[in-house]
Amino acid sequence: MAKHATPMLDQLETGPWPSFVSDIKQEAAMRAANPKGLDYQIPVDCPDDLLGVLELSYNDGETHWKHGGIVGVFGYGGGVIGRYCDQPEMFPGVAHFHTVRLNQPAGKYYTTDFLRQLCDIWDLRGSGLTNMHGATGDIVLLGTTTPQLEEIFWEVTHNMDNDLGGSGSNLRTPAACLGESRCEYACYDTQAASYNLTMEYQDELHRPAFPYKFKFKFDGCPNGCVAAMARSDFSVVGTWKDSIKIDQEAVAAYVAGEFKPNAGAHSGKDWGAFDIEAEVINRCPSAAMKWEGGKLAIDRSECVRCMHCINTMPRALHIGDERGASILCGAKAPILDGAQMSSLVVPFVEAKGDFDEIKEVVENIWDWWMEEGKNRERLGETMRRLSLQKLLEVVGQEPSAHNVQEPRHNPYIFFKEEEVPGGWDRDINEYRKRHQR
Amino acid sequence: MAFISSGYNPAKPMEGRITDIGPREFTEFLPPVIKANKGKWAYHEILEPGVLVHVGESGDKVFTVRVGAARLMSVTHIREICEIADKHCDGYLRFTTRNNVEFMTDSEDKVAALKADLAARKFDGGSSKFPVGGTGAGVSNIVHTQGWVHCHTPATDASGPVKAVMDTVFSDFQNHRLPAPVRISLACCLNMCGAVHCSDIGIVGIHRKPPMIDHEWTDQLCEIPLAVASCPTAAVRPSKVELEGKKINTIAIKNERCMYCGNCYTMCPALPISDGEGDGVVIMVGGKVSNRISQPKFSKVVVAYIPNETPRWPTLTEKIKHIIDIYADHAMKYERLGDWIERIGWEKFFELTGLEFTQHLIDDFRDHAYYTWRQTTQFKF
Repeated sequence: MAKHATPMLDQLETGPWPSFVSDIKQEAAMRAANPKGLDYQIPVDCPDDLLGVLELSYNDGETHWKHGGIVGVFGYGGGVIGRYCDQPEMFPGVAHFHTVRLNQPAGKYYTTDFLRQLCDIWDLRGSGLTNMHGATGDIVLLGTTTPQLEEIFWEVTHNMDNDLGGSGSNLRTPAACLGESRCEYACYDTQAASYNLTMEYQDELHRPAFPYKFKFKFDGCPNGCVAAMARSDFSVVGTWKDSIKIDQEAVAAYVAGEFKPNAGAHSGKDWGAFDIEAEVINRCPSAAMKWEGGKLAIDRSECVRCMHCINTMPRALHIGDERGASILCGAKAPILDGAQMSSLVVPFVEAKGDFDEIKEVVENIWDWWMEEGKNRERLGETMRRLSLQKLLEVVGQEPSAHNVQEPRHNPYIFFKEEEVPGGWDRDINEYRKRHQR
Repeated sequence: MAFISSGYNPAKPMEGRITDIGPREFTEFLPPVIKANKGKWAYHEILEPGVLVHVGESGDKVFTVRVGAARLMSVTHIREICEIADKHCDGYLRFTTRNNVEFMTDSEDKVAALKADLAARKFDGGSSKFPVGGTGAGVSNIVHTQGWVHCHTPATDASGPVKAVMDTVFSDFQNHRLPAPVRISLACCLNMCGAVHCSDIGIVGIHRKPPMIDHEWTDQLCEIPLAVASCPTAAVRPSKVELEGKKINTIAIKNERCMYCGNCYTMCPALPISDGEGDGVVIMVGGKVSNRISQPKFSKVVVAYIPNETPRWPTLTEKIKHIIDIYADHAMKYERLGDWIERIGWEKFFELTGLEFTQHLIDDFRDHAYYTWRQTTQFKF
């Protein structure tokens, strides 16, 4: 018997999509039955009370969580999102309902042993509810009390060899697409880059030292499967410098209809027979392709590596061999000055070994932004306030036409004094000798 | 309940403390066929909605079955995922960047049994536990946020509307009929955690009333200059009021300059803004992250307000389904929603969808607004 009546939420148990309500109810029932005989460290009916408070919100159309909440573990300045219910007498099971962010493995591959160990800890010390995963990438353990935080941290570090993720004005938990693990488009080992930089910057991740939050994301190619260009201040996107590799026999197989275009992604509708002219040649954004006499040719110097032809004929066209990545900076959501995507800063960088070339760019940017960034100013906003030129200067990147979509159309141009013969220190009396008042 | 210690000693909190160990190294968790072929994949195919095969240069194959998930899930559900992975996949699995679950196996024979097993599993209420799909030119999972389940600043819920929308567009999770993938995301306030600003279809919670001011507590709970600096339109300023004969420092808000973003409440607990009948959601369309053919795009606001209709948000779900259907009927192959709209023009988009164009949709935020007006005589009647 459910603790609270939830007529609104009950309506979200129907329909085909997996119902979070049914799942929470299943967890509530499991805790009530307690088949393992656990001595639950937070209220047994925590999931019941979560449904209760959510039902109240469905009636009021308003959240029932108090503002903010500052909790954590010793040694760290972030990792836990404190939360308290604003009706604790009605819903004592969620009077404390803190979230613990756990750092996930790059690419989110797991063994069942690892997940079971985590579930065992969370069952005992938390609500039994999670988010798999938070938008930044963390494993999110949803709902526990303050006294359990150190206990949970002790168990995950000592027994699972796993750390917390980030929160606050610091380096947040980095994330990567699955990269080379299961994709033929990956131009570098995104998982290795994510892991390597996460380990390198543990201090910056756990102890807030920045003007505001800062995120890394690693995409293996311009398809953007982890959305680095939209969702990270520092976006590393794989690319190549040489030619796309063409297997002419495989191209012929596509034209003959033996291979399905786009690996069969459009199989739910009859789009007619594959038409290489209409679907590939004419869709190339820089018109760099030709289909003549049964041969496909690509003008490498015109190709912008958008991935369309490779995506459409993955068995015939492959990324080049001279691989690396582009670095783009400044993506953020709208608050405060408007949304930004990342802007191209370094067109091509080596992305292998210990990723030292990438780290050098990171550290140059941090040196600058930590000093110049205003309180709660994202890197993207600092770039807008102090200019892209300044960012290129601190990174040591020579400005090039690659850095702009188009040159400026206003003539409000700053020059450095040393660029101008004679400098800025001028004598009005000298001027008056040539021009009477 | 009796307290059970983990071994942590609160009297000596720094003793035995382990820090800065980071995540587990991902290579520990890679299935053997993945480990053996990492960086040496030749090509892939989508065998059917939700089922992929990747073929290595070695000839090795890995079959992937992608299933939908609610993101908000219990340990009981995770254990069931583990049970499936143990039974069919030697104890390995992964989650995607859109919070679907992927089960991988090295032989095609095992796929049918895995799929049959997944299809048979339903929650007591009747919904599928593990619907197979989310690949190719369809609608995959909805990237979403905390809503009324955990956050203090939302203007709408996340899990509820996502369930309602996914039920409505479910057939497109299991089909490849669309011109290109349609990414739907939801954020419960303008902070836009997640991907709303760069999705084919974005749902964002908004307020429509300025914050209330808890004068008695403003100077006690808030760093007032932070609240002043938090306002994008400079509607917030410090002020003094008299309360019960005492002059106190507080905040004043110019209502005519406030557009209800709620950022001052994020900074100052004495400025609550949520309102049952004022709050609701906006629909944005046309964003994308990939660089395929066209460059990444922001999504744009096309519906300025839909009320929060708990528990199933019928107006919202109906409009989203309608936009997807019109797009499916009119766009060319490979054209993302934003690519299609830019080709036909926004006036045509509003005409075809029948969405009402209101004054709220015209940008009026700073210099950038000008560049969104139409400086040309090119338009369609």
